[in-house]
Amino acid sequence: MKIFQLKAKVLAQTKIKGNCWHCELNAPQVARSSLPGQFINIRVGDNLDPFLRRPISIHSASGTKVSILYEVVGKATEILTQKKKGDFLDIIGPLGSGFNCPKLKTQNSKPILVAGGMGVAPLIFLAGKLAQIESKKSKVKTLVLIGAKTKEHLLCVQEFKKFGCAVKIATDDGSSGFKGRVSDLLRNLLLISDYRFSAIYACGPKPMLKAVADISNERQMSAQLSLEEHMSCGIGACLGCVVKTKEGLKRVCKEGPVFLAKDLVW
Amino acid sequence: MKTNLSVGLGKLKLNNPVMVASGTFGYAEEFRDFMDLKKLGAIVTKTLTLKPRKGNPAPRTCETPAGMLNSIGLENPGLDNFIKDKFPFLKKLGVPVIVSVASEEEPEEFLELVSQLDKIEEAAAIELNISCPNVRGREGLISQDPDATFKIVQDVRKITGKTLITKLSPNVTSIGKIAKSAEEAGSDAISLINTLTGMSIDVGQRKPKIAVGIAGLSGPAIRPVAVRMVWEVFKKVKIPIIGMGGIMDTDSALEFIIAGASAVSVGTANFINPKTSLEILSGLKEYLIRNRITEIKELIGSLKA
Repeated sequence: MKIFQLKAKVLAQTKIKGNCWHCELNAPQVARSSLPGQFINIRVGDNLDPFLRRPISIHSASGTKVSILYEVVGKATEILTQKKKGDFLDIIGPLGSGFNCPKLKTQNSKPILVAGGMGVAPLIFLAGKLAQIESKKSKVKTLVLIGAKTKEHLLCVQEFKKFGCAVKIATDDGSSGFKGRVSDLLRNLLLISDYRFSAIYACGPKPMLKAVADISNERQMSAQLSLEEHMSCGIGACLGCVVKTKEGLKRVCKEGPVFLAKDLVW
Repeated sequence: MKTNLSVGLGKLKLNNPVMVASGTFGYAEEFRDFMDLKKLGAIVTKTLTLKPRKGNPAPRTCETPAGMLNSIGLENPGLDNFIKDKFPFLKKLGVPVIVSVASEEEPEEFLELVSQLDKIEEAAAIELNISCPNVRGREGLISQDPDATFKIVQDVRKITGKTLITKLSPNVTSIGKIAKSAEEAGSDAISLINTLTGMSIDVGQRKPKIAVGIAGLSGPAIRPVAVRMVWEVFKKVKIPIIGMGGIMDTDSALEFIIAGASAVSVGTANFINPKTSLEILSGLKEYLIRNRITEIKELIGSLKA
């Protein structure tokens, strides 16, 4: 699939809550070919600081627009928030290999999306795609489990519901939904036979993904995990962002960021 | 105004002096969507070893002020897999392909690598990477020792007629001395510079940001060191120099050429703007026209000092 480098016009820059921002870009070529789980690599400025691009997962892609949902974690993302409507951003994308969506939803491939923190960002895009996929039985709903620190940190709950997903929540302090880790919520749910044959799609912090991998491997369930690793080029050239798999090292930016849980070595 | 950008590296003639540096351009296929690869002066491959090599554990790269550290550890598919899987794409391009090679344990591995490459017509030249800071032999880097440099270049010279480029490390006291050794042993050109060794620390965790600790620093942060070394070596040797180290734009490429480089290699900049090399090529043409210079060769080493 072709990769594009272009100056994308900022269409909107909105603070969602806390440190989280939503940025919408005009990038027709990227929007047309993006798949859930892929990312764009953004150059936030023209000078040497920050030096490298920043990879950010695609939150939505439709028509001519691509959007990202991101958290301010350092200087580069701080600069990104200052890009206003009408400004241009140098982006490269779509990059990486995204989630492998089922052609058809059946009782056997009932999707469970597990999001930790900012992990909601690419999973919204996936939920939208899954909503378009025909269900054999209309009652096959996508189940979304969202983990956050507190109720205030929850993101995208309404958006998932808009796509017809059933949403369950886990918070560290119990201020909303299940008190505890989202992976524990997943473990509990899987005790219910109804979910035994589900396919898991997860994105979130490494410890959460490790826990999800353990759960899916124990039960021999299919699980696709979207990983994060420090990247320098984002296009498979520098070999900086490798992870261990059963078939040797793989590049998160090229063969990933989505990997099958059963292939990863932790 | 007509300009002539062609330059020579030993027997090898390049249409223009803009190359891409080893380890920063993969095997070129990764960049096919961004540019017309045919316009490049030459492509230097990611370094190959005789056998496939896994490289170092992650994290392998991190950002630093005006640069980055890397310790990939020469991950590569090995010579045979390269010839089978990666070379077919490269040789179709019609651009000189310079194959970068390195030994893992024993310097003798260079002889096997070079003898195999010598038989491949489309390998335009061979770059001896005797300066990777992330793969250390028992006695440090070959290119940190003038005698070891002389020996390996001389041994390799005996078995190939192809253009031989020796890539040197900046982590030395006297770069001129090492470059002279390479020249006397029969190297056709010198590549300057490989990365400077460096380190960066995560103060929260009190751990190095790169898994193996020490890594190679690249990017504009090292450019003044690289330009100085090109200038020093230019005064010392007669063979052409390929200058590299933090080239980001036309002006930084010109610094190297004026200091004495016959060709320049774009490295880390490929990660940030994959089109950098071809933008520099256009910029060099414009510079020549603006300054009424017809031959880029007139610029090489033209420093007024």
